[in-house]
Amino acid sequence: MAARAAFAALALLLSHGRALAAIPIQHWTQPSGAQVYFVESPSIPMVDVRVEFDAGGRREPADKAGLASVTAGMTDKGITAAKPGDSGPYAAALDENQLSDAWADLGAGFGGGASSDRMSFSLRSLTYPDLLAKAVQLASRQLGDPAFPPDIWERERQRLSASIREANTRPATVAGRAYAALVYGTHPYGHEMTEESLRHISVEDMKQQYRLIQPCRAKVSIVGAVTRTQADAMVATLLSRLPAAVQGRCGPLPAVPEVAPLAAPLERDIPFASAQAHVLIGQPGYKRSDPDYFTMLVGNYTLGGGGFASRLSQEVREKRGLTYGVSSHFAPGMHAGAFTIGLQTRPDQAAEAVKVVREVLAKFVAQGPTEAELKAAKDNLIGGFPLFIDSNRKLLDNIANIAWYDLPLNYLDTWIAQVRKVTAADVKAAFARKLQPQRMVTVIVGASKAPG
Amino acid sequence: MKHLLQSCLRSLCLFLALPFALQAFAQTQSNSPKAEQFKLDNGFTVIVKPDHRAPTAVQMVWVRVGSVDEVDGSSGLAHILEHMMFRGTRDLKPGEFSRRVAALGGRENAFTQRDNTGFYQQIPAGKLEDVMKLEADRFAHNQWPDAEFKREIEVVKEERRLRTEDSPRALMWEALNAAVFEASPYRRPVVGWMSDLQSMTPQDARDFYQRWYVPANAVVVIAGDVDPAQVRRLAQKYYGSIAARPVPPRKPRTEPAQVGVRRIEFKAPAEQSYVALAFKVPRVTSFDPSPDNDDALALTVLAAVLDGYSGARLERALTQGSDRLADSAGASNGLWGRGPQLFTLDGVPAPGKTTEQLEAALRAEVAKVARDGVTEAELNRVKTQWIAGEVYKLDSVMNQARELGSYWIEGLPLDAGERLIQRLRGVSAEQVKAVAAKYFGDDQLTVGVLRPQPLDPNRKPRTPPPGVRPSEGLQ
Repeated sequence: MAARAAFAALALLLSHGRALAAIPIQHWTQPSGAQVYFVESPSIPMVDVRVEFDAGGRREPADKAGLASVTAGMTDKGITAAKPGDSGPYAAALDENQLSDAWADLGAGFGGGASSDRMSFSLRSLTYPDLLAKAVQLASRQLGDPAFPPDIWERERQRLSASIREANTRPATVAGRAYAALVYGTHPYGHEMTEESLRHISVEDMKQQYRLIQPCRAKVSIVGAVTRTQADAMVATLLSRLPAAVQGRCGPLPAVPEVAPLAAPLERDIPFASAQAHVLIGQPGYKRSDPDYFTMLVGNYTLGGGGFASRLSQEVREKRGLTYGVSSHFAPGMHAGAFTIGLQTRPDQAAEAVKVVREVLAKFVAQGPTEAELKAAKDNLIGGFPLFIDSNRKLLDNIANIAWYDLPLNYLDTWIAQVRKVTAADVKAAFARKLQPQRMVTVIVGASKAPG
Repeated sequence: MKHLLQSCLRSLCLFLALPFALQAFAQTQSNSPKAEQFKLDNGFTVIVKPDHRAPTAVQMVWVRVGSVDEVDGSSGLAHILEHMMFRGTRDLKPGEFSRRVAALGGRENAFTQRDNTGFYQQIPAGKLEDVMKLEADRFAHNQWPDAEFKREIEVVKEERRLRTEDSPRALMWEALNAAVFEASPYRRPVVGWMSDLQSMTPQDARDFYQRWYVPANAVVVIAGDVDPAQVRRLAQKYYGSIAARPVPPRKPRTEPAQVGVRRIEFKAPAEQSYVALAFKVPRVTSFDPSPDNDDALALTVLAAVLDGYSGARLERALTQGSDRLADSAGASNGLWGRGPQLFTLDGVPAPGKTTEQLEAALRAEVAKVARDGVTEAELNRVKTQWIAGEVYKLDSVMNQARELGSYWIEGLPLDAGERLIQRLRGVSAEQVKAVAAKYFGDDQLTVGVLRPQPLDPNRKPRTPPPGVRPSEGLQ
């Protein structure tokens, strides 16, 4: 076999059942302040790079919801001419079509996006030296010199507005918007892009938001068929056209307030003519840095994260046939992302489904999992661990998480042990701390009033 | 001057990228272990694709039965049977299959399409034998009480409501397919008409299972960190012991030639209108040169030139500029399948524009190719995309298994992916121009238009159709 590198260590780790070898994440800080996380994976001649910044939705003004996302999306709509003295194969200004042609010709791809926390840029390229060098140069130009053309933004605003109006005719959108507003209140995690918020966004706002895109704030994750030296040079080039900070140091960004807990249960029953009622039940959850993270992960598997075998799926789908899918999930981030149970059912069955969900939830929070359920959860999570990291793309997601949340470099090596040590009593206690079944948000869109 | 510089820049890239992509492609082809295929004595086909990068494996069983094998009044049968395959065997209680896969650390699911039904598990490589035993058992011994069916059919109705009935475009496509095809069973939705689901019985599903789940009608694909010799032994042990039965004959139900344009109008609560144009076109049945095979391949290149990468022709011509016609526009070619194939053009008109304008503009873009042809730069660009894509594809063992299974379903060889790329590389600009001129007249065309209706805030929520009992718990 040519090379298994990172994966060979993984094979060893698992075949012995103990952490005999580690997944070799290399980490260093560049003079620009950029932090690099790198795993060498040489067997396919390709590389994936992700560059992330603290410039997501939580850092956009309240009346400009969607700014982070449209800013990231506009970076592929053209680049300005390179600054004087900047040479390289792509020195000229490129409009959106010249830019997309250039990427297509390289057989590579580069694009931006934003979540509530992060603004992210991803590059995927083959690793033949000339090809990769060009792809890194072009990515660097796109990252460093986006043009943000006003006419293109006007067009994109119209397109987005039209698609928002279309989405608003669907029960899932209506439910999601109502739910986010009730769970998050005024917190930026509850920001929902609307026609109104898009009207408030100009290209000047984008340029303003883009000031957060600085090398000293970059978390860069790389998985692929390159050496550490190559990876280091790639990152330096990628970030070279962004404004450098003095000695690679950035000042701290202003603190973002935390999500406020709910003061009382909130219920919204929204009439809607649809084939199914959409139900969302939940509340603010917990932050990714919470010490209960693993306990909640294990516990939620039993409640509603573990597919067909979960309690929610058993009671709502498998026993009663009320829905195609029901699940519960947490969304921990820099702030307390929501705990959410979601399902869809025939309008006349909504009340019954809500009742069953509430009973399952209350009982689980009061009693926690049985020993048999705890074992089933651990068997699946521990046994299935290699499935979390068995491709470059999945490994990259994990490395990027380690980078983003400043998790220890041996995080993946100790993951199984962390899951293993969770007890049923831990789950019960942590769920009781995190969830208040009597004080949740319930949104029901499109239910019939009374069955029969 | 700037323009000249740009085009030099582009041709330089082309000159470099295509050979490098090809080199990467060739390298990965020669480096990665080849897939093997063999048949057990009872007719069950086995495909093994080793990939030792990580200690995980995928098992996929594909059965050559899908909605295309259903008859009127029984639409959705292949799909409900897929659901019932999780509801027990001679030895396993309902739901026990999933519990065991989960306990092995596995992830699993299943899917039903027009041409096939598939079941898969992703597992740590050391658990391969366990899931092969489980999957062979349910293929051979699926059984369940009527009550399981009665509850599961309600789940399927919810699935239909979720995926189709609350999606205006899905509803329009359902209606459009019913208009495009007359004799071909492709005219029926995979999930089934609601009335057929209402009247379906447990015995219907059992009969369908008995009829189609026979060894010679199925393939098991194993990919990942596995040893082919061991897979062969395990396949023989678990799948080889299933009794051989003949594959039932299939009626051709050949679609008659369409001789005139068809149109449907579909009204649904929505904000945006939408238009789709479906042209009947030939399909690839092998990689041998033949007029139909060659044309089907050229049509796939045409679809890619129109819509195969960001900023391709349709996007550029229809969704940009101050007087743009569309918010989105797309093209795709069916290429292969067990039934007749379509080339589709579709799009969402921009605010203030009509579906009629967009329909004319989409056809004008094809006419432009028929008149002026395509450039070598465009051709090379789409080929570079495909070839690089072949390398990126190798990152997912799951995708490799999926492709190998789908090739078998269509009666294509193991190396269909590689041969497809070779054949597409051979398509000339002249051929693309020729198919653009040949297949886009009125006679083979069916047009579907979605006419958005306002949401009525006073409209009463829907009530269940008469005769539907409230679902019952089973405990």
